[in-house]
Amino acid sequence: MSLQKDILELREKKAIYEKGGGDTAIEKQMAMGKLTARQRILALLDEDSFQEYDLFVEHEERNFGMDKKTLHGDGVITGIGTMFGEPVCIYAQDFTVMGGSLGLKHARKITKIMDHALKMKVPCIGINDSGGARIQEGIGALAGYGEIFYRNTLASGVIPQISVILGPCAGGAVYSPALTDFVFVVENISKMFITGPSVIESVLGEVISQEELGGARIHAEITGNAHFYAQSEFDCFDQIKKLISLLPASNTKRAAKIEPKVPSLKKQIGQIIPQDPKKPYDVRDVIRAVVDDSDFFEVQELFAPNIVIGFARLNGDTVGFVANQPLYLAGVLDCDSSDKAARFIRFCDSFNIPLVTLEDMPGYLPGVDQEHAGVIRHGAKVLYAYSEATVPKVTVILRKAYGGGYIAMNSRHLGADFVFALPSAEIAVMGPEGAANIIFAKEIKEAADPDAMRAAKVQEYIDKFANPFVAAAKGYIDAVIEPNETRNLLIHTLSVSKDKYDYRPEKKHGIPPF
Amino acid sequence: MTEANKDSEFVDFAVTARKYKTLLTKKFINRKEWEAPNPNNIKSYIPGTIIELNVKPGQKVKQGELLLRLEAMKMQNRIDMPFDGIIKSVNVNVGEKIPKNFLMIEIE
Repeated sequence: MSLQKDILELREKKAIYEKGGGDTAIEKQMAMGKLTARQRILALLDEDSFQEYDLFVEHEERNFGMDKKTLHGDGVITGIGTMFGEPVCIYAQDFTVMGGSLGLKHARKITKIMDHALKMKVPCIGINDSGGARIQEGIGALAGYGEIFYRNTLASGVIPQISVILGPCAGGAVYSPALTDFVFVVENISKMFITGPSVIESVLGEVISQEELGGARIHAEITGNAHFYAQSEFDCFDQIKKLISLLPASNTKRAAKIEPKVPSLKKQIGQIIPQDPKKPYDVRDVIRAVVDDSDFFEVQELFAPNIVIGFARLNGDTVGFVANQPLYLAGVLDCDSSDKAARFIRFCDSFNIPLVTLEDMPGYLPGVDQEHAGVIRHGAKVLYAYSEATVPKVTVILRKAYGGGYIAMNSRHLGADFVFALPSAEIAVMGPEGAANIIFAKEIKEAADPDAMRAAKVQEYIDKFANPFVAAAKGYIDAVIEPNETRNLLIHTLSVSKDKYDYRPEKKHGIPPF
Repeated sequence: MTEANKDSEFVDFAVTARKYKTLLTKKFINRKEWEAPNPNNIKSYIPGTIIELNVKPGQKVKQGELLLRLEAMKMQNRIDMPFDGIIKSVNVNVGEKIPKNFLMIEIE
């Protein structure tokens, strides 16, 4: 009889604690157009799979009247569940409990589930919705953040780490997401900044709204802090599920293979790419024309769109794509696009995801702003990431491959395993106009008609060098292929390099040009 | 965006000697044009508050003399005269909050 009573009491207690800040606070949360922390976890995980831990953890702060306050779950829900039947660790900050503010115990719940994820080698998903440090706890809150950052760093490259920003995420709190692999934001809900609008206004007199300073769109398009941008929380959860389905659980595994499908996009690559190297096209159509079911899951779609990165499947296996995008800024490499590509390459290399590079770029973006912004050290990240990567690396040169860009975009010289070129490829030290102006400067200057001479010399350069055969003759590319052979060749190269092993000198770690 | 719309938005984009048809990004359009620094313009290198002002227009000032103090991030920064010269204009007052790159003093 008494056992029954205990169980009833437990159920009652759990029901109260599971409501977080209580009905009024939950109503407020919903009125802001937000789901509650628990609803979010349940929406993301497989049905009935969530097992919560540490529901009854309590804070230990005794100052500022905190000794009289009970904070259910200390403002964060942690636990384990499954997605597609595979385990994931998850935590969600509960804004209804003291604004989801982070105190030491709150942080320790998070670090406990992170430690668990790292030991069990399963992905860790963090849902952020917090007003920031719990000021009453003082340095305890700072300690908590630091302990989270430390674990984010240890887990980096071992298990996929995903951050979902579903509310404010300000001050120190932003650095955990920044250390994780993928950050998801939702329009009107996500806010991220180091110092908020009120501080900026009081110190600098600059008036700006939260949305303009660090809203979802800003981080997706301008700062590059966010990788996925959604219109609603449910759209965001669909994106997370899609991403998880494409990734391995850890760096010791490979992403699950699924049933291969042929591309559904019936466009031919030869028709997508214009002959004239000055004309743009959407390189994502080329990706869709070669990948399974034409299903390309783009990462950082809005940020630095002059390079395209993302995941797709070839013959059922996950592949990472890096492609110059002639549609934007002619597909140049610049500071932002270099950062974007380099980090993605390193992610794929860490998680055993082969890399396919599609190249069509005229070079680096010229300009004082680029040089002064450090395009040298940013651009170097691409060289570093490709050279360091030991996963299978394949390059297809679609059209232009000029100068430093040719080297950077996974050339043979940086350790590419396979390099192919379409007949439309131009592999040269620079564009024909520039090259002719330098090499034939004297002839052009001394000619009776310099313009005619220049045009003739440009044509001469195009005929001699603006093609794939000079590079093919030196063995820098393995084959000149017909556009329609691309998919089958990619599948072939990935199947033969399934067990690729590549030697790298032993070291504690490299020193990439951060 | 339809293909027709895109076509009309394509611009000529020069990379070395060749111009490519392409779209621009918001960030690229909003980038700041570089201007050569003018040593006669004393600009704020950090946003802050003027807490002390020692010079008036027309005043002769020697290199190294204190022009003003700019308090920023709880630090009181000395702004000194970079070379001997005459103050042409003073665009700040004591107690005024100014943004970064604000032209505080002009010298001639």
